[in-house]
Amino acid sequence: MKGPMQGWPKDLIDLDQLTEQQITQVLDTALAFREVSEREIKKVPVLRGKLVVLFFHENSTRTRLSFETAAKRLSADTLALSSSGSSMSKGETLLDTARNILAMRPDALVIRHGAAGAPVFLGERLPIPVLNAGDGPHAHPTQGLLDLMTLRDAKGSVRGLKVAIVGDIAHSRVARSDMVGLVRMGAEVRVAGPPSMLCPGLEEEYGVTVHTRVEPALEGADAVVMLRIQLERQRGSLFPGAREYARVYGLDERRAALMAPGSVILHPGPVNQGVEMTPEIYGAPNSLILDQVTNGVAVRMALLCLMVDPPEPGASAPSR
Amino acid sequence: MARHLSLKGARIQGGPPELERGGDILITDGLIAAAAPCGGGAPECPEGAEVVDCTGLLAFPGFIDMHVHLRTPGQEHKEDLDSGLAAAAAGGFTSVLAMPNTSPPVDTAAQVGDLLARSLRVRGGARLLQSACLTRDRGGESLCEYFELKEAGASAVTDDGGWVADGAVMRRAIDYAAVCGLLPLTHPEDPTLSRGGLMHEGRISTRLGLRGIPPQAEESAIYRDCALSLLTGNPLHVCHVSTAEGADLIRRFKALGARVSCETAPHYLFLTHERVLGFDSHAKMNPPLRTERDREAMRAALLDGTVDAIATDHAPHSSLEKEVEFTDAAFGITGLETAVPLALRLVRETGMPLRLLASLMSLNPSRLLGLPEPLKPGSPADLTLVDPDLEWTYRAGEGFSKSRNTPFEGWEFTGRAVMTVVGGEIRYRLARG
Repeated sequence: MKGPMQGWPKDLIDLDQLTEQQITQVLDTALAFREVSEREIKKVPVLRGKLVVLFFHENSTRTRLSFETAAKRLSADTLALSSSGSSMSKGETLLDTARNILAMRPDALVIRHGAAGAPVFLGERLPIPVLNAGDGPHAHPTQGLLDLMTLRDAKGSVRGLKVAIVGDIAHSRVARSDMVGLVRMGAEVRVAGPPSMLCPGLEEEYGVTVHTRVEPALEGADAVVMLRIQLERQRGSLFPGAREYARVYGLDERRAALMAPGSVILHPGPVNQGVEMTPEIYGAPNSLILDQVTNGVAVRMALLCLMVDPPEPGASAPSR
Repeated sequence: MARHLSLKGARIQGGPPELERGGDILITDGLIAAAAPCGGGAPECPEGAEVVDCTGLLAFPGFIDMHVHLRTPGQEHKEDLDSGLAAAAAGGFTSVLAMPNTSPPVDTAAQVGDLLARSLRVRGGARLLQSACLTRDRGGESLCEYFELKEAGASAVTDDGGWVADGAVMRRAIDYAAVCGLLPLTHPEDPTLSRGGLMHEGRISTRLGLRGIPPQAEESAIYRDCALSLLTGNPLHVCHVSTAEGADLIRRFKALGARVSCETAPHYLFLTHERVLGFDSHAKMNPPLRTERDREAMRAALLDGTVDAIATDHAPHSSLEKEVEFTDAAFGITGLETAVPLALRLVRETGMPLRLLASLMSLNPSRLLGLPEPLKPGSPADLTLVDPDLEWTYRAGEGFSKSRNTPFEGWEFTGRAVMTVVGGEIRYRLARG
């Protein structure tokens, strides 16, 4: 087995572990793999004989299906565990479960967990690559990568783009990974949300500008990422209500007109239509929400490939 | 026949200045018989006395940790009286004040009496001082029977681990405890502001996506409790102060004449919230590690006398509670075996006088808890002997506590307690390689 490539981390917890060059390498690799999904036989033998465990300790249909599709298109075997179907519900600890998974000799572990830091905990204790598929409000690096891929595709380059991220920044792993990835790739990032959905130190920690109203963030922006609002958070007095939120922070045609010509709209899904954005915006030609889903499979293929079966240092991206 | 112990040549701190350059201490039947400078009027050493050459060592009046959790009764898998008191003695403490937030909580005279009696059967180790609950079952509603608790030997009352949210209850508790000669301790934390929090609220909690605990949760509670101390004119001790503004509030209330005292813990003097990066559960405690500004302010508050005591908040947890996701991990770290070396490091880093160290770790806690004046002839001979130059590396696995939840694993120290004398008996002595 080949060793990991130089400087490539064993685990992918968040995008701050990757250099600009490494992110570019993932995106280039993903571009090559996206073509596989267009073929009649949508499969390459890159990870044949490898076992990828998909450990979803928190409900997630989209991300799990995306990872599963990615692994299968690489010819890997997959084993999906969800919290309800596994022994986690019987009082088994995370560490115990992980050790049992390890005894099945997997080649990589993809984990989604409701607790921030859970993938770090496992990565420190398991010898195989651990890929973070979202951990609480902490990080969602594959979402960050697919957003970068989508933006690069649409705009040619991420460098210099003005990107707004709107919504519940404080509780969003998507916002965090997007901020890290976008700033690393040279974008100018503005975040906006009601004060209860912001948190201290965003400027200094991430190098973004912060707005409590949506208009200044959208002004002249080349792209906007509208975050999903967790409607159940209304109970925790985080915001007064979805109706008012939609009116003040939602994206409609009037607000979209503030953005630069040729701007694009992203959303990690699933969209609360009528809350984060109007149905018209959701269906507009510059809404790239479904492209994001397609690109999600491609970046996850690229990551699995790079982390489970890393190329020799200096080798070019695969064109297999 | 009288039993004698003679400690010769240590530089004795916390007593008369003439002893600081070197003196002899004679102990008879567990009590201080005499302490005098070397050469000049040193007490006659009786025949058959055990003589210990303490040249090169510092002798302090026995260190007192006024905030420890010994997990007894109810959570003996984390710590019990044997392991906790042994860890205390090995760390250089001659007495520890155990918190009553056990399972069940210690809220009756019978429980206090039982624990103190059991501690006397522990071979070796530090003295146990026991605190009792401030309100029944730590419920925050009705006061415990302070007179009976005092008669049973309790030293303090506190609902530590939680704040007494009802201000009227706290006001009565402060008044009533004063009449009974018990020190009331407050755990300052407004739970409506800290609820669900896992670490200090700031840029690191933002980065990690962890729910934050704003410093104001602590500060608003400190304000109310200091105000009640001022209102009643009676003493109140504030536990584990961790924030700059919290310390400043206490400074200002002291200036107003409030009879408030407070403690801070070594980790607030050495670590900040940056330590949580990487989600290490050994950096998770309550109150949480704060910012560099708070850390510096706590050091300043020690040096200017605002802080009265260094107390560890020794909170042992087993791997079952700590070797889990950060969000699920229990709050708290051990402290008994790292406090003295950290305090000595503080002396080196800040130039803090040894006299102040003696006050913070012995004289002030002793006074606050109403214990006999240390080093005085006739007082119990509780002494901590420190080798200030000994270089060593801390390994929790080599310690005496049952638990190993420390953020200081592998720290290299200069100086440690090498001998702990309790009631004239050598309860701990470092084995020399």
